[in-house]
Amino acid sequence: MSGNGHGKPKFAMYWAAGCGGCEIAVLNIHEGILDLDANFEVVFWPVAMDAKYKDVEAMEDGEITLCLFNGSIRNDENAEMAHLLRRKSKVLVAFGSCACEGCIPGLANLYSKRSLVETAFSTLTTDNPGGVLPQTTYAAPEGELHIPTLYETVRTLDQVVKVDYYMPGCPPESPQIMSVLGLVIQALKGEAQLPPAGSVIGAGNSTVCDECPRPRNEKTLTVFRRMATFQPNVQECLLEQGILCSGLATRSGCKALCPSANMPCIGCYGPAPEVVDQGARMMSAIASVIGSNDPKEIDKIMDGIVDPAGTFYRFGLPHSLLHHARTDG
Amino acid sequence: MADNGFEPVIVGFTCNWCSYRAADSAGMARIKYAPNVRLIRLMCSGRLDPQFVLKALAEGADGVLISGCHPGDCHYVEQNYKTIRRYELLKKTLDALGIEEGRVKLVWASAAEGAILADQIDQMVAKIKSLGPLNWKARPARAPTGKGGQP
Repeated sequence: MSGNGHGKPKFAMYWAAGCGGCEIAVLNIHEGILDLDANFEVVFWPVAMDAKYKDVEAMEDGEITLCLFNGSIRNDENAEMAHLLRRKSKVLVAFGSCACEGCIPGLANLYSKRSLVETAFSTLTTDNPGGVLPQTTYAAPEGELHIPTLYETVRTLDQVVKVDYYMPGCPPESPQIMSVLGLVIQALKGEAQLPPAGSVIGAGNSTVCDECPRPRNEKTLTVFRRMATFQPNVQECLLEQGILCSGLATRSGCKALCPSANMPCIGCYGPAPEVVDQGARMMSAIASVIGSNDPKEIDKIMDGIVDPAGTFYRFGLPHSLLHHARTDG
Repeated sequence: MADNGFEPVIVGFTCNWCSYRAADSAGMARIKYAPNVRLIRLMCSGRLDPQFVLKALAEGADGVLISGCHPGDCHYVEQNYKTIRRYELLKKTLDALGIEEGRVKLVWASAAEGAILADQIDQMVAKIKSLGPLNWKARPARAPTGKGGQP
């Protein structure tokens, strides 16, 4: 980026256990990236520019003004970088669902580390007759190699270091990223104030249902349907049509993108305000609208919910009250 | 798991109108039952947010008892039907999270059924003793500080 950045506030972005979608979302602010470059010196952003960890280590503590940290923490390299960037950054933002709630990588918390690794290296398409599993150290002729150690469970950023702000979404919507960057730039010029530490930024203060254009009626469900085998109509509430839509437990801020495209909300903006456990809130709400009072019939209707833990905790298992499933090694 | 002197901690959510009074009547009738349940009174079992159950389990309870008026007898007409549905959905989810059936139990007890509540609590305590401690907190929730381990 610009060569004469000295004196400008410093910006960093890092990618831990995530898919890279957060990085794309930042690039999706289009010419807004020029505002970023005009107002910040980008000192560390491995996806966008060459950088080495030792460059960050050489910085003064607190030298980075704004660090967007995306991805969850699932190995010791992720944790080491979280600690390092925490130390070097004034404002550390848990950027995106993985850093905030654990997101899709967090579904690994339904299984033990052992079973995950064994499954990954013994699939039908894996040619591994000796059952070799990756080791953290390997003596190559050129010297000893080290790879990061996988942790037992996936953690969110704030379960490892103190986080200043949370910016949810899988990924955060680009207009929201623009507005947050704009706010930080204004704050640096003394024209605006940053919200209190610990706040959720770049999102709404309500639920996805509140942003959804579909009308809401009394709900009474007697059957659950799956998108693979059912085409919902575009007028009615998806939940009323039997589609498990997470809008009622999920924070607003995305302008109800998925329901607007005739797909259910899958919960990526995390728990709605005042909700601790997104999955519990979903269970509570879904149970309330099931249209039967007979335990046997209720049970039959609920069999339509194929994967309750994976559905209700699709984005938030590591940050939920239970954090993980109970596994036997 | 063997008994080993393990005394389960059970959090019990009871409704104001039936099951809390059932516990009262058990006390007044001097019915002896296992002292492992810590009762919390809700106005209605329909007030039970699944978050309460998950929080109790996450913070050290070995089991959770949910108790309310019999179906059809709810002080708030039909809120305990919501309890049934929430309980059924919670059971399915807890099963997927590896928490054994029996750790979370729904019991109907009217204000006159102190003996039934006491008996159900005894059965629940025996069941959880056979399952052993849940010990959720002992599982790793924080990143270990050291390196190493395989793979």
